[in-house]
Parts: sequence; structure tokens; C-alpha cells
Amino acid sequence: GLGLAAIAPKAQAAADLTPSEYDVITQYNNFYEFGTDKGDPAKHAHRLTTKPWTVTIDGMVDNPGDYAFDDIISKMTIEERIYRFRCVEAWSMVVPWNGFELKDLLDLAGVQSSAKYVAFETLYRPEEMIGQQRPFLDWPYVEGLRLDEANHPLTIMATGIYGKDIPKQNGAPLRLVVPWKYGFKSIKSIVRITLTDKEPPTSWNKAIASEYGFYSNVNPEVSHPRWSQASERPIGGGLFTKRIPTLMFNGYEDEVAGLYEGMDLAKNF
Amino acid sequence: MKEHFNSVIRRIPKWALYMVAALYPAWLLYNGLTGGLGIDPVKAMEHALGKVGLQLIVLGLIITPLRSLTGVSLLPLRRVIGVVAFFYILLHFVVWLVLDVQILAQIWADILKRPYVTVGMAGLLMLLPLAATSNNRSVRKLGPRWRKLHKLTYPAALLGVIHYLMQSRGFQYEPLLYVVVVFGLVAWRFVPRRRAGSRVG
Repeated sequence: GLGLAAIAPKAQAAADLTPSEYDVITQYNNFYEFGTDKGDPAKHAHRLTTKPWTVTIDGMVDNPGDYAFDDIISKMTIEERIYRFRCVEAWSMVVPWNGFELKDLLDLAGVQSSAKYVAFETLYRPEEMIGQQRPFLDWPYVEGLRLDEANHPLTIMATGIYGKDIPKQNGAPLRLVVPWKYGFKSIKSIVRITLTDKEPPTSWNKAIASEYGFYSNVNPEVSHPRWSQASERPIGGGLFTKRIPTLMFNGYEDEVAGLYEGMDLAKNF
Repeated sequence: MKEHFNSVIRRIPKWALYMVAALYPAWLLYNGLTGGLGIDPVKAMEHALGKVGLQLIVLGLIITPLRSLTGVSLLPLRRVIGVVAFFYILLHFVVWLVLDVQILAQIWADILKRPYVTVGMAGLLMLLPLAATSNNRSVRKLGPRWRKLHKLTYPAALLGVIHYLMQSRGFQYEPLLYVVVVFGLVAWRFVPRRRAGSRVG
């Protein structure tokens, strides 16, 4: 139990959110490593071996090396964070994550002052992650954040959902959660974290740069080239669920707007 | 054998096929209401109707090459297949309109601004005159022009598979397969053949 055992009472930015049902969160996933259908990850992720698990932290850090997952957990404070989750495909849910602040892990590794960005990499193991046997994307999946985004208190590494260990289809044993960005930024099943001074490549940007930018902040005013981002369909409410308006920075504007002051968000989408 | 098969096909009552065809959307709706379509019944219904509609169009396009290559003729069923395909695709559009997009002001913006929606709409519009002339009276009234008009199926099918390909994220095999098959089936019509009696149709 990496979830319930160590939950702290604090639930930041939870506001009045009602979490989606456990089945909705764990049966409706985009995790192309296991197939492109929403139901594929729940169907195929059981093949994934998550024990033992090691995260390599390297690049511009004082303490580079391989960090065993259990060692990381023993040093972190796990708390519950109930966040909105907004997919770039214009659907959304609310997830009660359990996890720790990414900043705490970065502090453990000792980020050097020259570092400006954090790059992340998902496990590449096509014999278990059967979606990787096909070129849906350029494997392994990679993502990245600016260092100030990574250090933001809302940015967490999730290890659980609803107080249970995070299911494999949701990115076990360790995934990123950046609640003000589209879901694909929140990279799953992380095996490498690299501190760098250059903006790192990101998978969807490499695949279709015109549609997916480095920042990918939730923004109702900036359309995806193929659909509007002004509203979203909450998942789990059945056939006649009403669309709801999408909130700037997915409702975390007060907390994160300062990170992007003076930036043209239509250009830096 | 072949003749026997063809005569069985000829004898299938059309009304029975329409009844069976009507069951599928009803089954989808029932399952959508009772949780049988999974976590996201709106997309499940929308995609199922679109895809089965496309599959019926592919089936309709296979009939002529199948007949000229093997002698097996599904020709008596072609109009039923076409009409059912049209209704499924129309329902696909209605589900998208009413249950998915919902906001009317956004629909026009989507149709005009989103190329995959524009392409899909264009395909659906092409099917309208075909559906409207799918009765015996129109066939008689239009005479040879009926065959000509119904060649609109080719561009409509092409738009349909392009629409399918355009809305997928990343590199996916299934929509590409549809594109290749439909382009192949349409191209087949325009390849000159030596065999006597075979013609574009």
C-alpha cells in the first residue's frame, strides 16, 4: 500500500470537486503503450512488471544515479490531491491521486543551478507494453517541463488513486500529474528523469508539432486545430451528460498563471 | 453452387433486412442507457454507427468486383445495403450533434473550421440525393441517369474514409486500412478491363 498507508489530510486545490468513480478512472485511459483504444490499457497493462522499479535521475544534478522506487517512497510524504483531469481530446474527469510533490524528489537529487528543464521518459519494454510493438508514436514516450513548472507545488508524482496503489493502466508505479496541462503531459510509468538546460523533445510534439506544443496548458481560448477546447465532456455520467465549459489552466489559474506572465499563450500553446 | 447461392440471395425479402438493420441502433441505444457501451457511451455509439455505416459502404462497393471476378452476385441487396448505410451514417451525425457537441453555436464553427468535420459533412451531403432516389419510382423515372447519379457513392466513400483517418490521433492502422481498401475499390472501377461484358458500375 503506497496509497492509504501514508495519506496526509491536506488536499490542495480540491475545492468542491467530486471524484469520478474508480471504474471510470481505471477503465478509460489513453496509454498508447498498451493500445490506442480507451479500453486497451485496462485490458493489456497486467503484463507490465512493476517490481522491481528503478528511476534513473541524471543530467544536471548533484546526486545522479539509479533510485529504487521503494527507496524514493520511503523518503517522500504521500498525500491525497483531488485534481481535475482534462484530456486534449476534450473529455475530463476528477481524480483523487495519492502522491508526493515532484519538487521533493528533485531536491533529493540536488538540481544544479544550470538546469532549466526536466525531461521524463516512460519505460520501453515492447514485450510487455504491446502497443510499443507498433509505431503509434516514436517510443519510448518522452515528456518535459520547465523547471519552475516542475517545482510548482501542484505538480506531483502519483503513486496511488483512491488510496490504492496506482493501477498499471494509470501509469504504475510512478507517474507525473500536472493538473493545469492536458493529460498527455502527465507521463506514465517513468524510468528516467533528466535535468537539462535545453527544452526537451516531447512525444506528441514530435509526432504532430502543429497540434501539440511543448506547453499544452489547458486553455479554452486556444482551439486544437481539429476541435474546439472551449468545453469538455465529463466522462462517467452516461449518455446524456451535459458538456461543461473548460476553465483557464483547468481551473488552476490563480495558482499557475504567474508562471506564464508576458507569454503569448496562443503562440506557446 | 454459385447459381444456388445467387438465387438464395435473390429470394431474401428486403423488408426483413430493413427490420434486422433497425435492430442495431436500437440495441446500441438500449446498451447506451443501461451501461452496456462502457465508460463513454456517447463516443461508443457515435463511432459504432460511423464505422458500421462505412463497412456497409465498403460492402456495397465490393459487390461489382465480386460479381465480375467470381460470378457471386449480391447485386439484389445493393440498394438495401446503401439505404441502411445512409441511415447509420445519418444517426452517426445525429449522435455527434445532439449527444457529443451539444452546443449549437459550436456546430457550425466545427463544420466550417474543422477539416475532418467538413469532409464528413460533405460525404453525408452526397449521400442525401442517393437516399432520396433509392425508391423504385426514382429508378424508373431517372432511367440511365440513376446509374450516373449513384456514382456519387465513390466520392462519398472516399470522403468517409478520409474523415475517419483525419479524426484519429497519431499513427493508427485501422483507418489507414479503410482508406487503402476504399481507394482500391474505387480505382478498380476506372481500370480498363479486357473481359467482355464487364463495365464500370
